[in-house]
Amino acid sequence: MSAHIEAETVRPVRSWKLSENTRDRLISIASPILLLLVWEIAARTGLIDTRFFPAPSSIFETLVTLSSTGELWQHTAASLQRLFIGFLVGGIPALILGIIMGLSRPVRAVFDPLISATYPIPKSSILPLALLIFGLGEGSKIFMVAIGVFFPVAINATAGVREINKIYLDVGRNFKASRWDTFRTIALPGALPVIMTGIKLGVGMGLVLIAIAEMMGAKSGLGYMIWAAWETFSVEQMYVGLFVIAIIGFVLTLVLNEIEKRLVPWKR
Amino acid sequence: MNQALAKKTTVRDDVATESRERPAIRIKGLSKRFGSFTAVDNVTIDIARGEFFMIVGPSGCGKTTLLRILAGLEAPTDGSIDVSVEAGSQRPVNSMVFQGDSIFPWMTVWDNAAYGLKMRRAPQAQIKEVVGHYLDRTGLLKFADAYPHQLSGGMKQRVSIARAFANDPEILLMDEPFSALDAQNKLLLQEELLRIWEENKKTVLFITHDVDEAVKLGDRIMVMTAQPGRVKTVVPVSLPRPRDVLELQQNPEFGKLVHQIWSSLRDEVQRARELDEAKGVRK
Repeated sequence: MSAHIEAETVRPVRSWKLSENTRDRLISIASPILLLLVWEIAARTGLIDTRFFPAPSSIFETLVTLSSTGELWQHTAASLQRLFIGFLVGGIPALILGIIMGLSRPVRAVFDPLISATYPIPKSSILPLALLIFGLGEGSKIFMVAIGVFFPVAINATAGVREINKIYLDVGRNFKASRWDTFRTIALPGALPVIMTGIKLGVGMGLVLIAIAEMMGAKSGLGYMIWAAWETFSVEQMYVGLFVIAIIGFVLTLVLNEIEKRLVPWKR
Repeated sequence: MNQALAKKTTVRDDVATESRERPAIRIKGLSKRFGSFTAVDNVTIDIARGEFFMIVGPSGCGKTTLLRILAGLEAPTDGSIDVSVEAGSQRPVNSMVFQGDSIFPWMTVWDNAAYGLKMRRAPQAQIKEVVGHYLDRTGLLKFADAYPHQLSGGMKQRVSIARAFANDPEILLMDEPFSALDAQNKLLLQEELLRIWEENKKTVLFITHDVDEAVKLGDRIMVMTAQPGRVKTVVPVSLPRPRDVLELQQNPEFGKLVHQIWSSLRDEVQRARELDEAKGVRK
């Protein structure tokens, strides 16, 4: 009886309180909305210069127009395609070289100084060279993405393999794993968590570089769209480009996190 | 089949004579030096087929180095090891149960246990049967799809034992497999190990620093000296098999053997400590 009464009195009190998780989630949804609202009001009341900071509603209008003409999708598709091909072209050799460098001291001795020497060069400064070698077409864009992806993936793959506890390599030797089996069953899966971090960094770097590369001598892509908007002083279009790139970055992070969860089920 | 079994039993009854005729492992004058440091010094010993051979010694006496040489993970500086293999045998020479966590965190329990068989491209049907058998024997069948991070320390070591047995080697090498476990888990795993071993009586080389464990499990116990690691004495254990690990502790013979091994080991442990302390002072 007393327990029953207690349950009745406690329940309504609890329903008033939000759990901390729910509260945080609400706040994190509310804060960008609030910012947009303040921005909108400030733009309409003339508190900020709309030549540089157009109202979110007018940016949205431009987004609708650009997507209804198909222009926006065409540029987005062009950028995504370069990003994807560049990712493969840079990522796959980086993965293989990185793992082999992790496993083999002589190979590491050969490539480590080369990578250490070229890594600090700002990737964007290679663009003129890339244009010189690959011309104005797709080649130079893909090359820039590939360069951006290559370094973090290669460096992380090497580090990932070297961080693998030596006992697992001993187990491989004791159980007569061949070179290929050691690569496939120990080095690759063992280094995968660190490699995934490198891939995420690389994709981020690729996104930065594709935007820059498309501003030079390209006829399509989100970078081109932003650059063209500057030339025609269409600030809204510029913001649409920035917004779509931000969305791509956000979605790619979600996708890569999901892939990581599937590939590395053994890390909680 | 019956005859073969009977023969095997008689062999087991007279380990000593068999070992003189056809040792499973013949270690001759084995030494290992790392620079000026001698880890293993002139070890000579024959180990009989089907013998459960224990090695005890103070820490740093080179017993792990000895086992790693046998496992092919380290090359000896001097001496030789012969492992006699039955004619036409396709079985691997040895499989090791490592000290500490050695099962792959990225593989399920099943894939870990199947590792050796997969590496030597055994037929699927055989892998299924053998791995199923040893996971069943180690009580892990329910956890076949689990990943190591979901298992306790004792269960992980069971996977490691199942992995080594499933590979069906000529000899099993065990490097302090239970040293990280609590006393209760240790007792259970010792029992389990003996039960599985009784099935086919493989030749086992087992390193431990636990004298009780050495007497409970072994047919003979080799005591090693503090560095450099030499053979100090080899003590036969005449306790009958199959053994009950718990009952054994009440056996007066058990107590006598533990005492005998300990008194032989005590000087070495003392000496190892002095060497360590001297090293500490020099630093």
